[in-house]
Amino acid sequence: MADIKEVLKQRILIIDGAMGTMIQRYKLEEEDYRGDRFKSWHKDVKGNNDLLSITQPEIIIAIHKQYLEAGADIIETNTFSSTTIAQADYDMQSLAYELNVASANCARTAADEYTKNNPDKPRFVAGAIGPLNKTLSLSPDVNNPGYRAVTFDEVVAAYEEQVKGLVDGGVDILLVETIFDTLNAKAAIYAIKNFFGINKIAELPIMISGTITDASGRTLSGQTLEAFYISVVHANPLSIGLNCALGASEMRPHIEELSSIAKCFTSAYPNAGLPNAFGEYDEQPHETAHIVEEWAKQGFLNIVGGCCGTTPDHIKHIADEVRKYKPRELPITSS
Amino acid sequence: MTQHIQPYLRLSGLEPLIVRPETNFVNVGERTNVTGSKKFARLIREGLYEEALSVARQQVESGAQVIDVNMDDALLDGVTAMTTFLNLVQSEPDIARIPIMIDSSKFEIIEAGLKCVQGKCIVNSISMKEGEQKFIEQAIICKNFGAAVIVMAFDEVGQADTKERKIEICYRAYKILTAQVGFAPEDIIFDPNIFAIATGIEEHNNYAVDFIEATREIKKLMPLTKISGGVSNVSFSFRGNDHVREAIHSVFLFHAIKAGMDMGIVNAGQLVIYDEIEPNLKQLCEEVILNKNNDDNGATERLIAFAETVKAKGKETVKDESWRNESVEKRMEHALVHGITEYIDTDTEEARLKYPKPLDVIEGPLMAGMNIVGDLFGAGKMFLPQVVKSARVMKKAVAVLTPYIEQEKADRKLNNTNAVEEKGPAKILLATVKGDVHDIGKNIVGVVLGCNGYEIIDLGVMVSADKILTEARKHNVDIIGLSGLITPSLDEMVHIAREMKRLKMNIPLLIGGATTSRMHTAVKIAPEYEEGVVHVLDASRSVTVAGSLLNKDQKINFLSDITSEYDKLKLDFGNKKSSKQLLPFEQAQKKNASLNWKEYNPITPKFTGTKELENYSLAEIATYIDWQPFFIAWEMHGKFPAILTDTVIGEEASKLYKDAQQLLKQIIEENWLTAKGVVGFWEVSKTAPDSILVKHENKNVHLEFLRQQIKKAEGQPNLSLADFIHPNRIDYLGAFSVTIQGIEKHIKIFEEKLDDYNKIILQALADRLAEAFAELLHHKTRKEFWGYAIDEQLSTEQLISEDYSGIRPAPGYPACPDHTEKYKLFALLGGEAATGIHLTESLAMYPASSVCGWYFANPESKYFGVGKIEQDQLEDYAKRKGMSIEEATKWLRPILE
Repeated sequence: MADIKEVLKQRILIIDGAMGTMIQRYKLEEEDYRGDRFKSWHKDVKGNNDLLSITQPEIIIAIHKQYLEAGADIIETNTFSSTTIAQADYDMQSLAYELNVASANCARTAADEYTKNNPDKPRFVAGAIGPLNKTLSLSPDVNNPGYRAVTFDEVVAAYEEQVKGLVDGGVDILLVETIFDTLNAKAAIYAIKNFFGINKIAELPIMISGTITDASGRTLSGQTLEAFYISVVHANPLSIGLNCALGASEMRPHIEELSSIAKCFTSAYPNAGLPNAFGEYDEQPHETAHIVEEWAKQGFLNIVGGCCGTTPDHIKHIADEVRKYKPRELPITSS
Repeated sequence: MTQHIQPYLRLSGLEPLIVRPETNFVNVGERTNVTGSKKFARLIREGLYEEALSVARQQVESGAQVIDVNMDDALLDGVTAMTTFLNLVQSEPDIARIPIMIDSSKFEIIEAGLKCVQGKCIVNSISMKEGEQKFIEQAIICKNFGAAVIVMAFDEVGQADTKERKIEICYRAYKILTAQVGFAPEDIIFDPNIFAIATGIEEHNNYAVDFIEATREIKKLMPLTKISGGVSNVSFSFRGNDHVREAIHSVFLFHAIKAGMDMGIVNAGQLVIYDEIEPNLKQLCEEVILNKNNDDNGATERLIAFAETVKAKGKETVKDESWRNESVEKRMEHALVHGITEYIDTDTEEARLKYPKPLDVIEGPLMAGMNIVGDLFGAGKMFLPQVVKSARVMKKAVAVLTPYIEQEKADRKLNNTNAVEEKGPAKILLATVKGDVHDIGKNIVGVVLGCNGYEIIDLGVMVSADKILTEARKHNVDIIGLSGLITPSLDEMVHIAREMKRLKMNIPLLIGGATTSRMHTAVKIAPEYEEGVVHVLDASRSVTVAGSLLNKDQKINFLSDITSEYDKLKLDFGNKKSSKQLLPFEQAQKKNASLNWKEYNPITPKFTGTKELENYSLAEIATYIDWQPFFIAWEMHGKFPAILTDTVIGEEASKLYKDAQQLLKQIIEENWLTAKGVVGFWEVSKTAPDSILVKHENKNVHLEFLRQQIKKAEGQPNLSLADFIHPNRIDYLGAFSVTIQGIEKHIKIFEEKLDDYNKIILQALADRLAEAFAELLHHKTRKEFWGYAIDEQLSTEQLISEDYSGIRPAPGYPACPDHTEKYKLFALLGGEAATGIHLTESLAMYPASSVCGWYFANPESKYFGVGKIEQDQLEDYAKRKGMSIEEATKWLRPILE
């Protein structure tokens, strides 16, 4: 396997786009989500996209291939909600480990096929570690601000199981993403460090991607971008970046700031614009690519791709635009 | 150019704290420590956490840059106390802003603390007192949590007291941490132990010197590390005598900081300035600290003797009302910043007597206070509801002064001494344009600008171009600001810009309101008027825009920046236009939504014709309120109810919510407002792909709809509302309108009381009630009047997130963007007589708190936006409507390219 650090010094790498948007195109129904294995599951599972890696793996592999065809160097596993905590919505906690292994396998199969056909462009699989539906810094109870719906230890345990599944399934990178509560991310980092520490395995590269929720320039848990960066950089990550919530035009000042403070590589995968009044993303591929091109030109970027609402077409346009530019050079950390 | 990133100690709360070489001493607040503060210990023991938070807040306000939290008390469950307190701190943005130092001698309490804090903390402390193994284990855990650590100079033998021992232990710890654990040197902070001096025991006399000299050496040996210490230890022998203690601390720090000490745990509110210590005391402190002239405890005895001569100047804790003891200017400032109206009348009167002229009070202390408010708001440290409260205080003060100002003017006229009339503040004229009735946003802009020293001339709503321009010239205003919420207002704004050019006016024009945009302003309005047209996104931006436009030096640059920005937007718009992919209309009609008609039987409503609802219960309506838009009206963005606990705006959002609830209760109990509504259902049939025939008792009505033309992905339909009506069988359609009447009288009362705050709350609540009434009627329609979803069981949250079956789109909004279809809707529902809603020439509804719409019952119906359409659809639509192309173009301009 090629060393991603070396590849990142040579060119800007492309990460894939939205999984959910692509799954929607298949117009899957409850029975499709269930497959044979969960035919008589006691709860509705439609919407549990991660489950499709077990019940409809060929669809997930096909989507991965579309992104690889579009030019993605890094594809994300279909594991945004594959933790015991997030799967509780479907009563599928017990499947968390298996979901991670299955999703990692799907991505691995697709990526390896493309690497084999073109060894000059190695493809990497990033194990996606999502933010959870419960937060460690915020109280869900208005009248009791000190209350927490989940404990740090519970979150660490859930993430550790996910990490184990992803590593067993053969991912190349661990990607902690869509971070809107930094404490959740710190629990994920803690779990990752713990997992590799205890099992005495060489640590995989970690990518970290936070989410600035609105024009305030802060995360949902209230941190400024720099405060967020300082709070997670101890992971000694391969990259730190931003994804989701904002479209590329809104994300620009934050990416610029990040590229000026980050000692590691930077990443950005914005949404396809801001949702319109109906929650749909309608920014066209060439529009997103046009904005992102300028970032590459300015030297802000090492890794770029798309989040909600982006499609293989967006990724293709982005890949075509940024190809011309050199990647951001790693800063020198003097001592 | 390759970037360099310096190896500084970087900490974070909600905001970063970077300790750079030029950073002065970092104050760590010490009062949130149960071992050091009796008050804090008592509050925690009694479970009074809310009050305990105020101790933390006081530390931050006094300048602490980090707060030290310690729960080591034999009577406390330290883990629980640490967890509870830190979780609460996280929900107080004014405290959580700064980093936390988690302080305990028990590592399990430190770990519990680390599990609560998102920012990068400092652990205080770890050491080698239980051996290297334990030290390494604990350091790894700290590292995995991303915390910096304080390492105490303590090993298996004991705590280091001499300079040599301190350096030796710190260096040993450094090697272990950097080589074995992988700690970054800049994340290591040493505490080389500050011990009490002047204890009478001779071996203690050199303790301060040992600390200071060890600090110097450690920084030389390990330059990236930091030095910290508990400063108050040094003066322990003088407890009870704060005056002397503070002097000792100050002198000690003066020398320790020079030697390289970076941070220390201090009572941030109680440090005296080195240069301000009385010379005699300073001299004595120097000798004791530097252990000079101290043979046989000579210096110590002299300081003790001195200490006995000074009375301990105990400092009272600051009470909330202490601001009342300040000067009248400070009191007025405090009242303005905190929005307190209680004393403003008497304070203003006092200031009036103090200043030569009543106008001086406005231009002096009042404007100074409002400038602070403006700055805090501009910096995001105050939020809109607070600013409006400040404005209320300002207005009350001005009201006290006005009679005197008028009197003075009259006197001057009488004496004919008015050589030159003083030029007052800049004037800004605000108006909601002709045909539009919405003014909450405009009122807020008025208040915010008023707070920043401008005189506001507010012409209200539905103001004709002629009146706006006449008044502008009459008052010789400096800026005109226009507001609009519905799309036809855009054309009116273009018209006003043209008129301004024709009249050769030369003042800038500001454009704002929900329907306006930077793009529309750049493309359509700015080209019509050369003297400056600026789109203003929200009230908070209006201040800087007005400021730049009224400053002679800035104006030219500001306008040229805006012009080039708008030119670029215009160019982009032109380019985009050519690249937008639209389908020919005929093709779009073919790609309609083919619903599952086989399995759908149109459900017959329980009645056809209309039903009026008079004076509907406001209490019942209120249960349907969606609060999120209420906060958006106040420029507070976020999900409800999460916004109430938001780390940044939660506190102010909660206050606003409480005030709104209180007013809502009064509105309901005292019947301030009246809710009226009408619903109707009719048999319909489809006559063409985008046309529906409504069978009305008197005469049939043709409804015309618009269809999406944008090129979509394979399998995605091009929608039109007509697609939701059965193509070849009898189907049904409904319509409704609701309104909230009676607001004018109460608005006037608030205006008389100079209470913009409650006035805007009332307006926003009336809007919410109208929307809630529409939601309630839709609910009743589904379950009762039409009854197509009798079994529906939804919570308020589900209602707000529109989890129900069927839709209620309004003419003029994205699914049916033609406002003129509203005429038909009102005619079907019985006209103005039914609810008293009047349609303006721009088809806005008056009263402003009104809502109308169509009902579609098909379970597959959904909201969508028509988006841009092509000329071919425009022509077809105009033909169907019997309108000229020109007229159709006028009404549909926003969706035409």
